[in-house]
Amino acid sequence: MGVESTTESVWRGGVKPFKASYGKMMMWFFLLTDALTFSGFLGAYGFSRFKYAETWPLAENVFTHFPGIHGDQPLLYVALMTFILIMSSVTMVLAVHHGKNMDTKKVAWWMGFTVLGGIIFLGSQAWEWMHFIHGTAEGALQLADGSIAKVIAAGTEVMGQKYNFDVLRLGTEKFITDPTTIATLSTGAEHVYGANMLVNEYGLPQFANFFFFITGFHGFHVFTGVLLNTIVFINVLFGTYEKRGHYEMVEKVGLYWHFVDLVWVFVFTFFYLV
Amino acid sequence: MSHDKHGGTKQIWLVFWILLALTTVEVALGIYKPVSYEILKWTFIILTLVKAYYIVAYFMHVKHETKGFTWTLALPTFILIPYLLFILLTEASDLIL
Repeated sequence: MGVESTTESVWRGGVKPFKASYGKMMMWFFLLTDALTFSGFLGAYGFSRFKYAETWPLAENVFTHFPGIHGDQPLLYVALMTFILIMSSVTMVLAVHHGKNMDTKKVAWWMGFTVLGGIIFLGSQAWEWMHFIHGTAEGALQLADGSIAKVIAAGTEVMGQKYNFDVLRLGTEKFITDPTTIATLSTGAEHVYGANMLVNEYGLPQFANFFFFITGFHGFHVFTGVLLNTIVFINVLFGTYEKRGHYEMVEKVGLYWHFVDLVWVFVFTFFYLV
Repeated sequence: MSHDKHGGTKQIWLVFWILLALTTVEVALGIYKPVSYEILKWTFIILTLVKAYYIVAYFMHVKHETKGFTWTLALPTFILIPYLLFILLTEASDLIL
């Protein structure tokens, strides 16, 4: 069925409502439901982020690595990832554009670039996950009540003062400099490194859970998109759509691919910026 | 190369530059934080919605779909998502966004 059946009777699934083919319309309705799913996730994230605002780790203090550059580089890496995904969205829309003009060679080239962009993005995400899971070399203390304290080495300036012993930092800016309190807090405390579903050296474990779940679910979408794009890319090379007379399949996977980019735009804002 | 009614590759690249510029502004604001967090937060949200508009309207071609189809997609989005967020953020706690 599909575009060919437009002249058939309504009762046999003919006609194109809104001048959109069945496949394209159903892809849109699927994306609409998917948008609601992601809204639920990001809404839940926002809820927790503001409810636990004092102890919530900020993404810009967690994801500070950039390959090849030493020191803290907040936001730079995720900006690069965003750029890669926008770029692959552009190559996708170019493939759709040339598909409308039945230019097989150009569609193949741009589809190929889109697949490549998707793979690079997935690799970048794996790199970011790896750094998050491994954490910092010095780790953090998980206190008896489950909260996280960063150990600040002796001699480091804290609020304009230097101490000759290690001091603790709770949350983002609460410093504990009284030796007796430090000793009390350190009793039963455990050293933790990196983040997983149970502990998170950067702060609340919920942050790690949300991070793994939301970026993981988005990454799964990217992975599926790369898979679909690859199948369509191979079909383009074999001339399947040339024979069919239209490149609507490129358009349909294109919609999905742009949606993946769209979701990332929101993840970028709500996870890394706000 | 024939130009169809959906605009040529020129328009695609224009949208790309707009998206890139908006993202650069967001990243710069995120790094240097020139204004208070409250203003920054809403600036990020507005810029994101502008980016979303360009992706949906031009990359996903909604601007060139029929009016009926555009509304079919827009109405559930603009009713259900704010409703979902409203329930989540106000009913679940005493939190005021």
